Amino acid sequence: MTGVGTVTLGHFLSLGAVLFALSVIGIFLNRKNLIVLLMAIELMLLAVNTNFIAFSYYLGGMDGQVFVFFILTVAAAESAIGLAILVVLFRNRSTIAVDELDELRG
Amino acid sequence: MNTTTALFYVFSAVLLFAAFRVITARTAVYAALYLVLAFFTAACVWMLLKAEFLAIALVLVYVGAVMVLFLFVVMMLDIDVAEVREGFWRHFPLAALVGVVIALEMAAVLLGGFNLTEAPAASAAALKLGNTKMLGIEIYTIYVYPLQIAAVLLLVAIIAAIALTLRRRKDSKFISPSQQVRVRKSDRLRVVKLAPTVETPRSPHATGGRP
Repeated sequence: MTGVGTVTLGHFLSLGAVLFALSVIGIFLNRKNLIVLLMAIELMLLAVNTNFIAFSYYLGGMDGQVFVFFILTVAAAESAIGLAILVVLFRNRSTIAVDELDELRG
Repeated sequence: MNTTTALFYVFSAVLLFAAFRVITARTAVYAALYLVLAFFTAACVWMLLKAEFLAIALVLVYVGAVMVLFLFVVMMLDIDVAEVREGFWRHFPLAALVGVVIALEMAAVLLGGFNLTEAPAASAAALKLGNTKMLGIEIYTIYVYPLQIAAVLLLVAIIAAIALTLRRRKDSKFISPSQQVRVRKSDRLRVVKLAPTVETPRSPHATGGRP
């Protein structure tokens, strides 16, 4: 069972790490599209949740899954409010480019 | 290589491909659709880790609700694709640098250990109850106060989202029902006491006296 081909905890953690790094790259690339930025944040949360569930499975505890449950709640609230702010922003400025949102600059 | 391992590699490849397409998609609609694929594949990976309830919740909550919300917003906004794509790869060197740094740091941490190959065998009680019931017992006994806070958080999110996007029309005519039921007779009807007009008899000198 514990051969070379068996998936270990490290496999799942690596998957989460690569997914997280991809999302960070996505945040840097999509400077002109706030929607894709929100999607990259969702991907980050997904990577974190995968780590939690992997630990919960390999360590035999239930608490990791409970935390994933709460993270899902917070992520749903975050995306709802984020999209609402995005809609209001587009109504007022007619743009969703991050670079142009510099009204607070003194 | 057993079935689980093969499935893990297949799902991981699809997940990473979908995530890559999300961050490099031409339009936001494609990004949203690839994000649906990513969530669905992630749910499959969670199934491999025997977290059935959360996998189903991910599909229901994310693919069913959040992604529909994303698609609605994408379709509501009128975005110029060519302008958005302009200078897309300009930040790529910095992004690649940060990504490589993150990957190296993670590798440094992961190389130190974490090669647990087998999960501890589930106890007989856990096998009998199943994942969903175990999660429910955990949430509703130990984590019951955080659950209430999460519920309040969702309520706050609902109210905030509605309050942010609600737009009152200025040209619509309507009557406020609360003001309508609070009206009294004295607000609408005013009885005015008028002095009685008396027809005064004309004096013949006043009108007909002059030529």
